[in-house]
Amino acid sequence: MIQAIFEYQFMQNAVIAGILASIVCGIIGVMIVEKKLVMMSGGIAHTAYGGVGLGYLFNFPPILGAFFFAVAAAFGIGFIKRKGGTRSDVIISMFWSLGMALGILFIALRPGYPPDLSSYLFGNILSVTQADLWLMVFLALFVIAIVAILYQDWKNYLFDEEFAYVMGKPTGWLEYMLLLLVALTVVVLIRVVGIILVISLLAAPAAIAEMISRTFEKRILMAVLFGLLTTLGGLTLSYYFNIASGASIVMLSAVIYLLFTIREQVHQHRLKSEMLMQDNEQKE
Amino acid sequence: MVPAVEVRDLSVFYGRNVALKSVNLTVQQGEYLGIIGPNGGGKSTLLKAILGLVPTSRGSIRIFGGSLQENRTLLGFVPQFSAIERRFPISLYEVILSGRMKAGLQVFARYTFEDHERTKEAMEQIGLSHLSQRQVSELSGGEFQRMLIARALVSQPKLLLLDEPTASVDATARKQIYELLAKLNEKITIILVSHDMLAISSQVSSLACLNSKLVYHGGPELNDRTVDSLYGCPVDLIAHGLPHRVLRDHTHGPGGIV
Repeated sequence: MIQAIFEYQFMQNAVIAGILASIVCGIIGVMIVEKKLVMMSGGIAHTAYGGVGLGYLFNFPPILGAFFFAVAAAFGIGFIKRKGGTRSDVIISMFWSLGMALGILFIALRPGYPPDLSSYLFGNILSVTQADLWLMVFLALFVIAIVAILYQDWKNYLFDEEFAYVMGKPTGWLEYMLLLLVALTVVVLIRVVGIILVISLLAAPAAIAEMISRTFEKRILMAVLFGLLTTLGGLTLSYYFNIASGASIVMLSAVIYLLFTIREQVHQHRLKSEMLMQDNEQKE
Repeated sequence: MVPAVEVRDLSVFYGRNVALKSVNLTVQQGEYLGIIGPNGGGKSTLLKAILGLVPTSRGSIRIFGGSLQENRTLLGFVPQFSAIERRFPISLYEVILSGRMKAGLQVFARYTFEDHERTKEAMEQIGLSHLSQRQVSELSGGEFQRMLIARALVSQPKLLLLDEPTASVDATARKQIYELLAKLNEKITIILVSHDMLAISSQVSSLACLNSKLVYHGGPELNDRTVDSLYGCPVDLIAHGLPHRVLRDHTHGPGGIV
Protein backbone atom coordinates (compact mmCIF):
# COMPACT_ATOMS: atom_id res chain seq x y z
CA MET A 1 0.00 0.00 0.00
CA ILE A 2 2.89 2.36 0.83
CA GLN A 3 4.13 1.86 -2.70
CA ALA A 4 0.66 2.61 -4.06
CA ILE A 5 0.63 5.91 -2.18
CA PHE A 6 3.77 6.99 -4.01
CA GLU A 7 2.63 5.66 -7.34
CA TYR A 8 -0.98 6.70 -7.63
CA GLN A 9 -2.43 10.16 -7.45
CA PHE A 10 -5.78 8.83 -6.14
CA MET A 11 -4.01 7.23 -3.17
CA GLN A 12 -2.18 10.47 -2.39
CA ASN A 13 -5.49 12.32 -2.56
CA ALA A 14 -7.07 9.75 -0.26
CA VAL A 15 -4.34 10.10 2.38
CA ILE A 16 -4.44 13.91 2.29
CA ALA A 17 -8.25 13.85 2.50
CA GLY A 18 -8.03 11.50 5.50
CA ILE A 19 -5.58 13.79 7.28
CA LEU A 20 -7.68 16.92 6.62
CA ALA A 21 -10.83 15.14 7.78
CA SER A 22 -9.15 13.99 10.99
CA ILE A 23 -7.95 17.47 11.89
CA VAL A 24 -11.29 19.25 11.45
CA CYS A 25 -13.13 16.33 13.00
CA GLY A 26 -10.93 16.38 16.08
CA ILE A 27 -11.42 20.11 16.64
CA ILE A 28 -15.12 20.42 15.81
CA GLY A 29 -15.96 16.98 17.23
CA VAL A 30 -14.70 17.94 20.69
CA MET A 31 -16.67 21.18 20.55
CA ILE A 32 -19.97 19.62 19.50
CA VAL A 33 -19.69 16.67 21.88
CA GLU A 34 -19.12 19.18 24.69
CA LYS A 35 -22.03 21.37 23.54
CA LYS A 36 -24.28 18.34 22.88
CA LEU A 37 -24.74 19.26 19.24
CA VAL A 38 -23.97 15.83 17.74
CA MET A 39 -27.50 15.18 16.56
CA MET A 40 -27.75 18.71 15.19
CA SER A 41 -24.64 17.96 13.15
CA GLY A 42 -26.37 14.83 11.87
CA GLY A 43 -29.30 17.01 10.82
CA ILE A 44 -27.03 19.43 8.99
CA ALA A 45 -25.28 16.57 7.20
CA HIS A 46 -28.49 14.91 6.02
CA THR A 47 -29.96 18.21 4.86
CA ALA A 48 -26.92 18.50 2.59
CA TYR A 49 -28.30 15.60 0.55
CA GLY A 50 -30.85 18.03 -0.91
CA GLY A 51 -27.92 20.03 -2.28
CA VAL A 52 -26.34 16.94 -3.82
CA GLY A 53 -29.64 16.25 -5.63
CA LEU A 54 -29.87 19.87 -6.79
CA GLY A 55 -26.35 19.66 -8.18
CA TYR A 56 -27.26 16.60 -10.24
CA LEU A 57 -30.48 18.25 -11.46
CA PHE A 58 -28.86 21.48 -12.66
CA ASN A 59 -25.47 20.03 -13.61
CA PHE A 60 -23.19 21.74 -11.13
CA PRO A 61 -20.81 19.95 -8.76
CA PRO A 62 -22.98 18.20 -6.15
CA ILE A 63 -20.45 19.00 -3.42
CA LEU A 64 -21.16 22.72 -3.95
CA GLY A 65 -24.87 22.04 -3.57
CA ALA A 66 -24.12 20.12 -0.38
CA PHE A 67 -22.07 23.10 0.83
CA PHE A 68 -24.91 25.60 0.36
CA PHE A 69 -27.56 23.30 1.81
CA ALA A 70 -25.42 22.50 4.85
CA VAL A 71 -24.78 26.18 5.54
CA ALA A 72 -28.47 27.03 5.07
CA ALA A 73 -29.44 24.18 7.41
CA ALA A 74 -26.98 25.38 10.05
CA PHE A 75 -28.39 28.89 10.04
CA GLY A 76 -31.99 27.65 9.73
CA ILE A 77 -31.72 25.29 12.70
CA GLY A 78 -29.85 27.91 14.72
CA PHE A 79 -32.38 30.63 13.94
CA ILE A 80 -35.49 28.58 14.78
CA LYS A 81 -33.87 27.22 17.94
CA ARG A 82 -32.94 30.73 19.04
CA LYS A 83 -36.41 32.13 18.41
CA GLY A 84 -37.67 29.48 20.80
CA GLY A 85 -41.00 27.74 20.69
CA THR A 86 -40.29 24.39 19.08
CA ARG A 87 -38.00 21.85 20.68
CA SER A 88 -34.65 21.54 18.98
CA ASP A 89 -34.84 17.77 18.39
CA VAL A 90 -38.08 18.30 16.45
CA ILE A 91 -36.50 21.03 14.30
CA ILE A 92 -33.48 18.82 13.65
CA SER A 93 -35.64 15.90 12.53
CA MET A 94 -37.64 18.19 10.21
CA PHE A 95 -34.49 19.49 8.51
CA TRP A 96 -33.02 15.98 8.47
CA SER A 97 -35.94 14.39 6.61
CA LEU A 98 -36.81 17.42 4.46
CA GLY A 99 -33.24 17.58 3.13
CA MET A 100 -33.27 13.88 2.25
CA ALA A 101 -36.72 14.22 0.64
CA LEU A 102 -35.58 17.17 -1.50
CA GLY A 103 -32.54 15.20 -2.62
CA ILE A 104 -34.71 12.28 -3.70
CA LEU A 105 -37.14 14.65 -5.45
CA PHE A 106 -34.40 16.51 -7.38
CA ILE A 107 -32.83 13.28 -8.55
CA ALA A 108 -36.21 11.94 -9.64
CA LEU A 109 -36.78 15.13 -11.67
CA ARG A 110 -33.45 14.70 -13.45
CA PRO A 111 -33.90 13.26 -16.95
CA GLY A 112 -32.06 10.06 -17.88
CA TYR A 113 -30.58 7.34 -15.71
CA PRO A 114 -30.26 8.07 -11.99
CA PRO A 115 -26.63 8.78 -11.01
CA ASP A 116 -24.71 6.61 -8.54
CA LEU A 117 -25.16 8.38 -5.26
CA SER A 118 -23.49 5.89 -2.97
CA SER A 119 -20.23 7.85 -2.87
CA TYR A 120 -22.12 10.83 -1.41
CA LEU A 121 -24.18 8.73 0.98
CA PHE A 122 -21.45 6.40 2.18
CA GLY A 123 -18.29 8.16 1.07
CA ASN A 124 -15.45 6.94 -1.06
CA ILE A 125 -12.10 8.25 0.01
CA LEU A 126 -10.44 6.62 -3.02
CA SER A 127 -12.47 8.75 -5.45
CA VAL A 128 -11.48 12.14 -4.00
CA THR A 129 -10.52 14.37 -6.94
CA GLN A 130 -8.01 17.21 -7.09
CA ALA A 131 -10.90 19.72 -7.09
CA ASP A 132 -12.48 18.08 -4.03
CA LEU A 133 -9.14 18.27 -2.32
CA TRP A 134 -8.75 22.00 -2.93
CA LEU A 135 -12.21 22.64 -1.51
CA MET A 136 -11.35 20.48 1.52
CA VAL A 137 -8.04 22.28 2.10
CA PHE A 138 -9.74 25.67 1.93
CA LEU A 139 -12.57 24.69 4.30
CA ALA A 140 -10.23 22.99 6.76
CA LEU A 141 -7.95 26.02 6.92
CA PHE A 142 -10.97 28.27 7.49
CA VAL A 143 -12.24 26.08 10.35
CA ILE A 144 -8.80 25.88 11.99
CA ALA A 145 -8.25 29.65 11.67
CA ILE A 146 -11.63 30.61 13.18
CA VAL A 147 -11.14 28.25 16.13
CA ALA A 148 -7.53 29.34 16.73
CA ILE A 149 -8.13 33.10 16.49
CA LEU A 150 -11.04 33.09 18.96
CA TYR A 151 -9.73 30.18 21.05
CA GLN A 152 -10.29 31.73 24.51
CA ASP A 153 -13.77 32.92 23.54
CA TRP A 154 -14.69 29.44 22.31
CA LYS A 155 -13.50 27.88 25.51
CA ASN A 156 -15.45 30.30 27.68
CA TYR A 157 -18.54 29.88 25.50
CA LEU A 158 -18.37 26.08 25.68
CA PHE A 159 -17.85 25.93 29.45
CA ASP A 160 -20.56 28.38 30.51
CA GLU A 161 -22.52 30.16 27.82
CA GLU A 162 -24.69 32.21 30.19
CA PHE A 163 -21.73 33.55 32.10
CA ALA A 164 -19.96 34.46 28.86
CA TYR A 165 -23.08 36.35 27.79
CA VAL A 166 -23.26 38.23 31.09
CA MET A 167 -19.59 39.17 30.62
CA GLY A 168 -20.51 40.76 27.29
CA LYS A 169 -19.57 38.00 24.83
CA PRO A 170 -21.80 37.81 21.72
CA THR A 171 -22.84 34.21 22.42
CA GLY A 172 -25.57 34.23 19.77
CA TRP A 173 -22.94 35.07 17.18
CA LEU A 174 -20.65 32.34 18.52
CA GLU A 175 -23.48 29.80 18.30
CA TYR A 176 -24.18 30.62 14.64
CA MET A 177 -20.47 30.53 13.95
CA LEU A 178 -20.12 27.10 15.56
CA LEU A 179 -23.02 25.78 13.48
CA LEU A 180 -21.39 27.23 10.36
CA LEU A 181 -18.12 25.47 11.27
CA VAL A 182 -20.09 22.24 11.71
CA ALA A 183 -21.61 22.71 8.25
CA LEU A 184 -18.17 23.25 6.69
CA THR A 185 -16.78 20.22 8.54
CA VAL A 186 -19.66 18.11 7.25
CA VAL A 187 -18.80 19.15 3.68
CA VAL A 188 -15.16 18.18 4.25
CA LEU A 189 -16.29 14.79 5.53
CA ILE A 190 -18.87 13.95 2.86
CA ARG A 191 -16.25 12.71 0.38
CA VAL A 192 -14.52 10.66 3.08
CA VAL A 193 -17.32 8.91 5.00
CA GLY A 194 -20.50 10.16 3.32
CA ILE A 195 -23.58 11.97 4.56
CA ILE A 196 -25.06 9.07 6.50
CA LEU A 197 -21.87 8.19 8.36
CA VAL A 198 -20.63 11.69 9.15
CA ILE A 199 -21.75 11.82 12.76
CA SER A 200 -19.77 8.74 13.68
CA LEU A 201 -16.50 10.37 12.66
CA LEU A 202 -17.48 13.58 14.45
CA ALA A 203 -18.51 11.90 17.69
CA ALA A 204 -16.31 8.82 18.14
CA PRO A 205 -12.79 10.34 18.20
CA ALA A 206 -13.99 13.15 20.49
CA ALA A 207 -15.75 10.70 22.81
CA ILE A 208 -12.64 8.49 23.05
CA ALA A 209 -10.47 11.55 23.70
CA GLU A 210 -12.86 12.59 26.47
CA MET A 211 -12.16 9.35 28.33
CA ILE A 212 -8.39 9.70 28.37
CA SER A 213 -7.50 13.40 28.50
CA ARG A 214 -7.88 15.93 31.26
CA THR A 215 -7.34 19.26 29.54
CA PHE A 216 -9.25 20.80 26.65
CA GLU A 217 -6.11 21.20 24.52
CA LYS A 218 -5.08 17.58 25.04
CA ARG A 219 -8.61 16.44 24.28
CA ILE A 220 -8.51 18.13 20.87
CA LEU A 221 -5.05 16.69 20.16
CA MET A 222 -6.14 13.16 21.12
CA ALA A 223 -9.31 13.46 19.03
CA VAL A 224 -7.21 14.41 16.00
CA LEU A 225 -4.88 11.45 16.62
CA PHE A 226 -7.77 9.00 16.96
CA GLY A 227 -9.30 10.51 13.82
CA LEU A 228 -6.03 9.83 11.97
CA LEU A 229 -5.92 6.29 13.31
CA THR A 230 -9.46 5.53 12.17
CA THR A 231 -9.39 7.26 8.77
CA LEU A 232 -5.97 5.98 7.71
CA GLY A 233 -6.66 2.56 9.27
CA GLY A 234 -10.03 2.47 7.51
CA LEU A 235 -8.39 3.49 4.26
CA THR A 236 -5.96 0.58 4.61
CA LEU A 237 -8.80 -1.88 5.25
CA SER A 238 -10.68 -0.42 2.32
CA TYR A 239 -7.64 -0.79 0.05
CA TYR A 240 -6.86 -4.42 0.92
CA PHE A 241 -10.38 -5.81 1.27
CA ASN A 242 -12.03 -3.63 -1.37
CA ILE A 243 -14.86 -2.42 0.86
CA ALA A 244 -16.38 1.07 0.93
CA SER A 245 -14.02 3.40 2.80
CA GLY A 246 -16.86 5.09 4.71
CA ALA A 247 -18.00 1.76 6.11
CA SER A 248 -14.51 0.58 7.09
CA ILE A 249 -13.67 3.91 8.76
CA VAL A 250 -16.90 3.96 10.76
CA MET A 251 -16.58 0.32 11.81
CA LEU A 252 -13.02 0.87 12.93
CA SER A 253 -13.97 3.94 14.97
CA ALA A 254 -16.90 2.08 16.56
CA VAL A 255 -14.63 -0.82 17.54
CA ILE A 256 -12.04 1.52 19.07
CA TYR A 257 -14.76 3.41 20.92
CA LEU A 258 -16.17 0.14 22.26
CA LEU A 259 -12.74 -1.02 23.46
CA PHE A 260 -12.15 2.23 25.31
CA THR A 261 -15.60 2.11 26.86
CA ILE A 262 -14.90 -1.38 28.19
CA ARG A 263 -11.48 -0.25 29.46
CA GLU A 264 -13.15 2.67 31.24
CA GLN A 265 -15.74 0.39 32.84
CA VAL A 266 -13.09 -2.07 34.03
CA HIS A 267 -11.05 0.82 35.40
CA GLN A 268 -14.01 2.24 37.32
CA HIS A 269 -14.90 -1.21 38.64
CA ARG A 270 -11.34 -1.74 39.88
CA LEU A 271 -11.29 1.67 41.59
CA LYS A 272 -14.55 0.86 43.33
CA SER A 273 -13.44 -2.54 44.60
CA GLU A 274 -10.12 -1.09 45.77
CA MET A 275 -11.96 1.51 47.78
CA LEU A 276 -14.27 -1.10 49.27
CA MET A 277 -11.26 -3.26 50.22
CA GLN A 278 -9.62 -0.34 51.99
CA ASP A 279 -12.87 0.25 53.86
CA ASN A 280 -12.96 -3.37 54.98
CA GLU A 281 -9.34 -3.28 56.13
CA GLN A 282 -10.03 -0.19 58.19
CA LYS A 283 -13.00 -1.86 59.83
CA GLU A 284 -10.94 -4.91 60.75
CA MET B 1 -27.53 57.31 46.18
CA VAL B 2 -29.02 55.56 43.13
CA PRO B 3 -30.53 52.16 43.81
CA ALA B 4 -28.46 49.15 42.72
CA VAL B 5 -31.40 47.72 40.81
CA GLU B 6 -34.67 49.34 39.90
CA VAL B 7 -37.26 47.07 38.29
CA ARG B 8 -40.34 48.86 36.93
CA ASP B 9 -43.51 47.07 35.83
CA LEU B 10 -41.56 44.05 34.53
CA SER B 11 -43.38 41.26 32.70
CA VAL B 12 -41.73 38.19 31.17
CA PHE B 13 -43.48 35.58 29.05
CA TYR B 14 -42.17 32.16 28.03
CA GLY B 15 -44.21 31.41 24.93
CA ARG B 16 -47.75 31.71 26.26
CA ASN B 17 -46.84 31.26 29.90
CA VAL B 18 -46.47 34.20 32.22
CA ALA B 19 -43.28 33.91 34.24
CA LEU B 20 -43.36 37.38 35.78
CA LYS B 21 -46.23 39.82 35.87
CA SER B 22 -45.89 43.55 36.61
CA VAL B 23 -43.04 43.25 39.07
CA ASN B 24 -41.79 46.41 40.76
CA LEU B 25 -38.71 46.04 42.91
CA THR B 26 -36.07 48.44 44.14
CA VAL B 27 -32.85 47.10 45.62
CA GLN B 28 -30.81 49.70 47.50
CA GLN B 29 -27.02 49.71 47.47
CA GLY B 30 -25.65 47.64 50.33
CA GLU B 31 -28.82 45.57 50.57
CA TYR B 32 -28.62 41.78 50.95
CA LEU B 33 -31.81 40.63 49.28
CA GLY B 34 -33.08 37.07 49.33
CA ILE B 35 -35.62 36.12 46.67
CA ILE B 36 -37.81 33.17 47.58
CA GLY B 37 -40.94 31.58 46.18
CA PRO B 38 -42.33 28.31 44.87
CA ASN B 39 -40.75 26.40 41.97
CA GLY B 40 -41.74 28.05 38.72
CA GLY B 41 -42.58 31.24 40.61
CA GLY B 42 -40.13 33.27 38.54
CA LYS B 43 -37.23 33.65 40.98
CA SER B 44 -34.54 32.65 38.50
CA THR B 45 -36.38 34.47 35.73
CA LEU B 46 -36.19 37.75 37.63
CA LEU B 47 -32.47 37.23 38.21
CA LYS B 48 -31.92 36.41 34.55
CA ALA B 49 -33.99 39.39 33.44
CA ILE B 50 -31.76 41.68 35.50
CA LEU B 51 -28.73 40.08 33.81
CA GLY B 52 -30.27 40.38 30.34
CA LEU B 53 -30.40 36.59 29.90
CA VAL B 54 -34.13 36.48 29.16
CA PRO B 55 -35.98 38.94 26.92
CA THR B 56 -38.44 41.12 28.79
CA SER B 57 -41.93 41.59 27.38
CA ARG B 58 -42.68 44.85 29.16
CA GLY B 59 -41.16 47.15 31.75
CA SER B 60 -37.70 48.46 32.44
CA ILE B 61 -34.68 47.53 34.52
CA ARG B 62 -32.09 50.08 35.61
CA ILE B 63 -28.73 48.99 37.02
CA PHE B 64 -27.09 51.68 39.20
CA GLY B 65 -29.18 54.25 37.36
CA GLY B 66 -28.07 53.16 33.88
CA SER B 67 -28.89 50.51 31.32
CA LEU B 68 -27.51 46.99 31.49
CA GLN B 69 -25.20 47.70 28.54
CA GLU B 70 -23.72 50.73 30.31
CA ASN B 71 -23.21 49.05 33.66
CA ARG B 72 -22.61 45.43 32.74
CA THR B 73 -19.20 45.44 34.36
CA LEU B 74 -20.71 46.25 37.77
CA LEU B 75 -22.47 42.88 37.87
CA GLY B 76 -21.13 39.57 39.10
CA PHE B 77 -23.13 36.43 38.28
CA VAL B 78 -23.11 33.05 40.02
CA PRO B 79 -25.25 30.68 37.94
CA GLN B 80 -27.12 27.64 39.12
CA PHE B 81 -24.82 24.72 39.82
CA SER B 82 -26.83 22.40 37.57
CA ALA B 83 -26.56 24.76 34.58
CA ILE B 84 -22.89 23.88 34.10
CA GLU B 85 -21.37 20.76 32.59
CA ARG B 86 -19.07 19.56 35.36
CA ARG B 87 -17.20 17.14 33.13
CA PHE B 88 -15.73 19.98 31.07
CA PRO B 89 -11.93 19.64 31.02
CA ILE B 90 -10.92 22.85 32.75
CA SER B 91 -9.03 23.58 35.98
CA LEU B 92 -10.35 25.58 38.91
CA TYR B 93 -7.73 28.25 38.22
CA GLU B 94 -8.81 28.62 34.60
CA VAL B 95 -12.46 28.95 35.60
CA ILE B 96 -11.77 31.73 38.09
CA LEU B 97 -9.44 33.44 35.61
CA SER B 98 -12.25 33.41 33.03
CA GLY B 99 -14.07 35.89 35.25
CA ARG B 100 -11.58 38.42 33.85
CA MET B 101 -12.64 37.90 30.23
CA LYS B 102 -13.27 41.11 28.30
CA ALA B 103 -16.51 41.93 26.52
CA GLY B 104 -16.75 41.30 22.79
CA LEU B 105 -14.80 38.87 20.63
CA GLN B 106 -11.08 39.02 21.36
CA VAL B 107 -8.58 38.04 18.68
CA PHE B 108 -5.84 35.81 20.14
CA ALA B 109 -6.96 36.84 23.64
CA ARG B 110 -4.43 36.60 26.44
CA TYR B 111 -4.95 37.28 30.12
CA THR B 112 -2.80 40.04 31.60
CA PHE B 113 -0.52 39.97 34.63
CA GLU B 114 -3.22 41.81 36.58
CA ASP B 115 -5.81 39.19 35.59
CA HIS B 116 -3.60 36.48 37.11
CA GLU B 117 -2.96 38.54 40.26
CA ARG B 118 -6.69 39.15 40.81
CA THR B 119 -7.34 35.44 40.30
CA LYS B 120 -4.78 34.48 42.94
CA GLU B 121 -6.22 37.07 45.33
CA ALA B 122 -9.75 35.74 44.89
CA MET B 123 -8.59 32.15 45.43
CA GLU B 124 -6.84 33.21 48.63
CA GLN B 125 -9.84 35.18 49.85
CA ILE B 126 -12.20 32.25 49.33
CA GLY B 127 -9.74 29.61 50.51
CA LEU B 128 -9.35 27.71 47.25
CA SER B 129 -5.63 28.24 46.61
CA HIS B 130 -4.73 24.65 47.42
CA LEU B 131 -7.16 23.42 44.72
CA SER B 132 -5.77 25.68 41.98
CA GLN B 133 -4.83 22.94 39.51
CA ARG B 134 -7.77 20.61 40.26
CA GLN B 135 -10.06 19.79 37.37
CA VAL B 136 -13.62 20.97 38.00
CA SER B 137 -14.87 17.38 37.71
CA GLU B 138 -12.84 16.52 40.83
CA LEU B 139 -14.29 19.26 43.05
CA SER B 140 -16.92 18.69 45.72
CA GLY B 141 -20.22 20.52 45.46
CA GLY B 142 -19.15 23.16 47.97
CA GLU B 143 -15.78 23.73 46.33
CA PHE B 144 -17.42 24.03 42.92
CA GLN B 145 -19.93 26.54 44.22
CA ARG B 146 -17.25 28.64 45.93
CA MET B 147 -15.23 28.54 42.70
CA LEU B 148 -18.23 30.06 40.87
CA ILE B 149 -18.42 32.81 43.49
CA ALA B 150 -14.69 33.50 43.09
CA ARG B 151 -15.13 33.72 39.31
CA ALA B 152 -17.84 36.34 39.79
CA LEU B 153 -15.64 38.32 42.21
CA VAL B 154 -12.47 38.66 40.11
CA SER B 155 -14.12 41.34 37.98
CA GLN B 156 -14.69 43.31 41.22
CA PRO B 157 -18.45 43.78 40.85
CA LYS B 158 -20.59 46.13 42.93
CA LEU B 159 -23.61 43.85 42.73
CA LEU B 160 -23.44 40.08 43.10
CA LEU B 161 -26.35 37.96 41.81
CA LEU B 162 -26.51 34.33 42.90
CA ASP B 163 -28.88 31.62 41.70
CA GLU B 164 -29.36 28.88 44.32
CA PRO B 165 -25.77 28.98 45.62
CA THR B 166 -26.44 26.44 48.36
CA ALA B 167 -28.30 23.82 46.33
CA SER B 168 -26.46 20.48 46.25
CA VAL B 169 -23.86 21.37 48.88
CA ASP B 170 -23.53 19.85 52.36
CA ALA B 171 -24.24 21.65 55.63
CA THR B 172 -20.62 22.64 56.31
CA ALA B 173 -20.19 24.11 52.84
CA ARG B 174 -23.51 25.92 53.16
CA LYS B 175 -22.34 27.57 56.36
CA GLN B 176 -19.05 28.57 54.68
CA ILE B 177 -20.91 30.10 51.74
CA TYR B 178 -23.26 32.12 53.97
CA GLU B 179 -20.33 33.38 56.05
CA LEU B 180 -18.54 34.41 52.87
CA LEU B 181 -21.59 36.24 51.53
CA ALA B 182 -22.13 38.06 54.83
CA LYS B 183 -18.53 39.28 54.67
CA LEU B 184 -18.85 40.35 51.03
CA ASN B 185 -22.02 42.24 51.88
CA GLU B 186 -19.94 44.68 53.93
CA LYS B 187 -18.76 46.11 50.61
CA ILE B 188 -21.18 45.07 47.86
CA THR B 189 -24.88 44.58 47.21
CA ILE B 190 -26.10 40.98 47.01
CA ILE B 191 -29.19 39.43 45.45
CA LEU B 192 -29.64 35.77 46.23
CA VAL B 193 -32.26 33.41 44.81
CA SER B 194 -33.08 30.38 46.92
CA HIS B 195 -35.84 27.87 47.56
CA ASP B 196 -34.42 27.40 51.03
CA MET B 197 -36.73 29.91 52.71
CA LEU B 198 -35.93 29.14 56.30
CA ALA B 199 -32.17 29.19 55.88
CA ILE B 200 -31.88 32.44 54.00
CA SER B 201 -34.30 34.41 56.11
CA SER B 202 -31.73 34.22 58.91
CA GLN B 203 -29.01 35.54 56.58
CA VAL B 204 -30.38 38.32 54.43
CA SER B 205 -31.25 41.90 55.27
CA SER B 206 -34.45 41.84 53.22
CA LEU B 207 -36.68 39.33 51.51
CA ALA B 208 -38.70 39.36 48.30
CA CYS B 209 -41.32 36.71 47.68
CA LEU B 210 -42.21 35.88 44.10
CA ASN B 211 -45.08 33.86 42.73
CA SER B 212 -45.35 35.34 39.23
CA LYS B 213 -46.16 38.58 41.02
CA LEU B 214 -44.12 40.18 43.76
CA VAL B 215 -46.03 39.14 46.85
CA TYR B 216 -43.81 40.70 49.46
CA HIS B 217 -40.70 42.80 49.78
CA GLY B 218 -39.46 43.89 53.16
CA GLY B 219 -37.74 42.71 56.29
CA PRO B 220 -36.63 39.12 56.60
CA GLU B 221 -39.41 38.09 58.95
CA LEU B 222 -42.35 36.47 57.27
CA ASN B 223 -45.84 36.00 58.53
CA ASP B 224 -48.37 33.32 57.70
CA ARG B 225 -50.42 35.58 55.50
CA THR B 226 -47.52 36.29 53.14
CA VAL B 227 -46.57 32.67 52.95
CA ASP B 228 -50.19 31.69 52.33
CA SER B 229 -50.52 34.04 49.39
CA LEU B 230 -47.09 33.01 48.16
CA TYR B 231 -47.74 29.30 48.03
CA GLY B 232 -51.51 29.48 47.67
CA CYS B 233 -52.03 27.22 50.65
CA PRO B 234 -51.06 27.24 54.29
CA VAL B 235 -47.50 26.08 54.88
CA ASP B 236 -46.12 25.09 58.22
CA LEU B 237 -43.45 27.54 59.17
CA ILE B 238 -41.73 25.67 61.93
CA ALA B 239 -38.22 26.83 62.60
CA HIS B 240 -36.47 23.52 63.19
CA GLY B 241 -33.52 24.33 65.41
CA LEU B 242 -32.57 27.35 63.36
CA PRO B 243 -30.68 30.21 64.93
CA HIS B 244 -33.43 32.67 64.07
CA ARG B 245 -37.14 32.12 63.98
CA VAL B 246 -38.79 33.11 60.77
CA LEU B 247 -42.20 33.65 62.18
CA ARG B 248 -43.54 36.45 64.24
CA ASP B 249 -46.07 35.41 66.85
CA HIS B 250 -49.18 33.91 65.36
CA THR B 251 -51.84 36.50 64.84
CA HIS B 252 -54.69 34.08 64.36
CA GLY B 253 -55.95 31.19 66.44
CA PRO B 254 -54.68 27.61 66.35
CA GLY B 255 -55.53 25.88 63.10
CA GLY B 256 -57.05 29.06 61.82
CA ILE B 257 -56.73 29.82 58.14
CA VAL B 258 -57.39 33.40 57.20
